[in-house]
Amino acid sequence: MAISIEDVEHVAKLARIYLTEEEKEMFRKQLSDVLEHARVISEVDTSTVEPTSHAIPLSNVTREDEVRESLTVEEATKNAPWSDGGAFTVPKII
Amino acid sequence: MDFETIIGLEIHAELSTKSKMFCGCSTVFGGEPNTKTCPVCLGHPGTLPVANRKAIEYAILLGLALNCEIAERSIFHRKNYFYPDMPKNYQISQYDIPLSRNGFLEIDMGEYKRRVGIIRVHLEEDTGKSIHVGESGRIHGAERSLEDFNRAGIPLVEIVTEPDLRSPEEARNFMMELRAVLEYLGISDCKMEEGSLRCDANISVGVGGSRGTKVEIKNMNSFRALQRALSFEEKRQRDVLLKGGIVTQETRHWDEAAGITHALRTKEEAFDYRYFPEPDLVPIEPDPPWVEELRRSLPEMPAERLRRFISEYGLPKDIAKVLVYDKKLGNFYEETVRKGENPIEIAKWVAGDLAGLLNEASIDADLSPVRPGGVSELVHLVESGVISGRMAKDVLKEAFESGESPRQIVSRKGLSQIADSNEILAIVKQVIKENPQAVSDYLDGKEQALKYLMGQVMKLTRGKANPKMASEMLVEALKMRE
Repeated sequence: MAISIEDVEHVAKLARIYLTEEEKEMFRKQLSDVLEHARVISEVDTSTVEPTSHAIPLSNVTREDEVRESLTVEEATKNAPWSDGGAFTVPKII
Repeated sequence: MDFETIIGLEIHAELSTKSKMFCGCSTVFGGEPNTKTCPVCLGHPGTLPVANRKAIEYAILLGLALNCEIAERSIFHRKNYFYPDMPKNYQISQYDIPLSRNGFLEIDMGEYKRRVGIIRVHLEEDTGKSIHVGESGRIHGAERSLEDFNRAGIPLVEIVTEPDLRSPEEARNFMMELRAVLEYLGISDCKMEEGSLRCDANISVGVGGSRGTKVEIKNMNSFRALQRALSFEEKRQRDVLLKGGIVTQETRHWDEAAGITHALRTKEEAFDYRYFPEPDLVPIEPDPPWVEELRRSLPEMPAERLRRFISEYGLPKDIAKVLVYDKKLGNFYEETVRKGENPIEIAKWVAGDLAGLLNEASIDADLSPVRPGGVSELVHLVESGVISGRMAKDVLKEAFESGESPRQIVSRKGLSQIADSNEILAIVKQVIKENPQAVSDYLDGKEQALKYLMGQVMKLTRGKANPKMASEMLVEALKMRE
């Protein structure tokens, strides 16, 4: 399955990355190759197989509704490049 | 033109678990920013979410209460998007295999009932809160934003209705009914002002049987706002159509202060959340015994309770509704009834004066300073003629403010009515004797003279004569003079 330049531009936009024309072409080819590789699998008849969302046959792993201690504000914001009064500060959104 | 309004709602309710959906941080509202976070809800690399069993049970309970089918197998998905209110850059939600679907909830519009389809009820996590810093205080024009992740990860249920609602009033009624269901299940605080219950709407106005263009409305933070915003939007779309225009498919923001909706200035934005199964969480498979156990634990629903209040206590529907759609007030009422006075009289006091006082003071019925015993006492005092209904209003107000019992107030202030006929008769006779002019005016046919004489009786008894008895005795005594 071939990926178009428009597909690459769309995915780049969703990922908020900016690509040069050369990069777009490079990714177009690489992504096409990846899909082509996966296409082989799609040739197998899977009409009787349940879609596999999880590799291990496990379900209902839950925890009890108990409150555990949270981090302190200092710990929580320690890795943040920018914080203000305990809040994470982010640059202009729009 | 022949217009048809079609509305569908998407509702989010925070579940009142103690801890978050996928980690042990507290869900208590408010607090200093980022005091309820941990590596899981901050999205640190290498951390793993574990689902809160209580939240799953709450969501199943809601699905059952809304007559949904509970999925035998349900999975979580990642909803990917770029916005700083989720530290992971995705929200854990559900996509094509929600926990429950295909249900309904019936609303009572007085004249008619409507069954509103429920497409799905699913579980997800709430996002953090952004404060936009800048002159506008809004996202547009902000210099930067402050992110508080205390709310990030609180369990949410999302309820999506079929486009079955036909007017803003129906939408409001549906929200009231749903809130009551959540309240009766005891699974959400349902405070629209605090954001624990939120609602978005899709509304279209069709002409002559064809469907209109769907417009999404956001930011309606109260029941009143929901109805006002939808009424505004209904009229706006009709006006566009009447002028021969075309309604644009868009998302509009309700401005409560201005009373209008306006289009959000979003850049052309293809919503593409690239949902994929959350690999860190295994499927939920509610086995039948678990679901049955939850079904058995379902409490009486508001619609059932309304029917019961009408049939069991003989209440008029409007009064019963006031009691039922506030669960705590309904509980207060039933507790009062168990003390033995007339259920209809009790209902009038609880749904009327008491509800008014509670509302004014913003106190929930379970914390009312006048207890069910006090209301029962008050009704007894009125029913046995010790005080008049008019006096009882003041007594209730005073009891509400001071915490004193109605009986204590009546005896301390000497408020007991004179219901002794001999005593009243003596006063009536005295009044007739002392006011010959008024008496002859009355006998000459001047009706207002009776009011004056009645006033004199009440004055001499300092307002304590049973008014009905006094008035009857006065008329009787005057008749004998003719």
